[in-house]
Amino acid sequence: MDKEDYTQHISKQFNHNLEEVRSHILTMGGMVERQVVDAVQSLVEGDSGLAGEVISNEKQVNGMERRIDEECTRIIALRQPAASDLRLLVAATKANTDLERIGDEANKIAKMAIRLSEEGAVPRGYVEIRHIGNHVASMLRQSLDAFARFDVDLAIEVVREDKEVDVEYESAMRLLVTFMMEDPRFIRRVLNVLWSLRALERIGDHARNISEQVIYLVKGKDVRHMPLHEALGEDQSSGNKS
Amino acid sequence: MMDEFSNELRESTMTTEAPSQVPSNTTPQEPKTVDLDHVPNKLDQEDVCLEVKDFNLFYGAKQALFNVNMKIPKKRVTAFIGPSGCGKSTLLRSMNRMNDLVDVCRTEGEILFDGGNIFDRRVDVTDLRRRVGMVFQKPNPFPKTIYENVAYGLRIQGINKKRVLDERVEWSLKGAALWDEVKDRLHENALGMSGGQQQRLVIARTIAVEPEVVLLDEPCSALDPISTLKVEELINELKERYTIVIVTHNMQQAARVSDYTAFMYLGDLVEYKDTDTLFTNPEQKKTEDYITGRYG
Repeated sequence: MDKEDYTQHISKQFNHNLEEVRSHILTMGGMVERQVVDAVQSLVEGDSGLAGEVISNEKQVNGMERRIDEECTRIIALRQPAASDLRLLVAATKANTDLERIGDEANKIAKMAIRLSEEGAVPRGYVEIRHIGNHVASMLRQSLDAFARFDVDLAIEVVREDKEVDVEYESAMRLLVTFMMEDPRFIRRVLNVLWSLRALERIGDHARNISEQVIYLVKGKDVRHMPLHEALGEDQSSGNKS
Repeated sequence: MMDEFSNELRESTMTTEAPSQVPSNTTPQEPKTVDLDHVPNKLDQEDVCLEVKDFNLFYGAKQALFNVNMKIPKKRVTAFIGPSGCGKSTLLRSMNRMNDLVDVCRTEGEILFDGGNIFDRRVDVTDLRRRVGMVFQKPNPFPKTIYENVAYGLRIQGINKKRVLDERVEWSLKGAALWDEVKDRLHENALGMSGGQQQRLVIARTIAVEPEVVLLDEPCSALDPISTLKVEELINELKERYTIVIVTHNMQQAARVSDYTAFMYLGDLVEYKDTDTLFTNPEQKKTEDYITGRYG
């Protein structure tokens, strides 16, 4: 099954409707990705203006979520889609929810950015924020590419990368906890950084969810809550390669 | 990369699924691994009612069915879908030898029912058709009373005791979800009923002789949506006792009423599996194109 299949319905209107859902998901994905990148930048650079923009753009993302869900509901009611068409709509509604949640997380980070710029910067944690931020933004981009191109291999790649983000998050946590123990004056401010890291880690999870929906969409297999990432885990696959 | 991944998973499935190691009293666990390309077929676990083997059918020189092999599971609803002229009605009619009535029709291969080939010369066709009943597209009640319509098959079998007939007529009409609507007018002409009622009457007439299999050839195509829903509801109840095979042009109907669905195309059985899988994740491109309304 590939993406060209969506242009071959006998009903042109149906083609058009499905194509619209697909392109709206990608548009929303683009918006959300921008939000994440901007939020991370506003936090790292202490740019409260940019953070304010992220917060005000949140409304558009929410509007997009409602619009996509409405479109999907209408198509299901009017067309009774089956097989890959049905899977596209189910995957789209779920990816839609995940994208909106990513928007929420970006919003949280932007709020932390404003708080940090008011309370003063922290000497630690920015490197980690920038690093993990770049990583999850690229995961999000890849999961959207996978959705656009029906690319299962790329989707599996994202699932694998989520594992790496979790590890990076854990080590950043340890670092910041150690720092807080050394210098309790910064606890309040470091907590803001910690929460932002937590938000980034959640964004990684959502990107993984979107990728899992891509696998469902293309292969018809529900791989959620399965140890797919374990089967693909670093030690196992490297063990097989050697 | 995909294949490497599936192989990896398949191997690990093999090693973890040794049945002797699984204690019997544990609750079923979530599957340990995912095989993205393998779909298990539920059909293999069902009792077989009818088995079609290497079946070919010709109308004169024209071949209408090509080497069909399928097992119809017992006490389940099996639906045949496919575009017009794909052979689904032909295959259905073969199951109680209705095609014998067509002079130029010739068959090869077997259909096994209850262990024997129904095309065997020793088979009594009347008895076969009693055990494998059929309902057609258009309701075809006899121009008799409602009561006599249902009692007809029983009278032919030589049952004439009023008490027995009364009982069986009531039982059949109840079975066809029609009793409450007609119990006060059993002796009125059946042709005065609505189309939906007539179709259910025909179903009552079919089940009155207690068949084992009920073949339905587009039973709802002449009915309005509400009557259609009633017949669908009835099909769902009938499968407790009978094996049902239904031909339908309405794919949503096939999806709603059936446990298993066979997709046929130009005389070939293209795909045959449990309805849920066929409608959410078909294996064959032809099936996918047909059920999603794409150019074939």
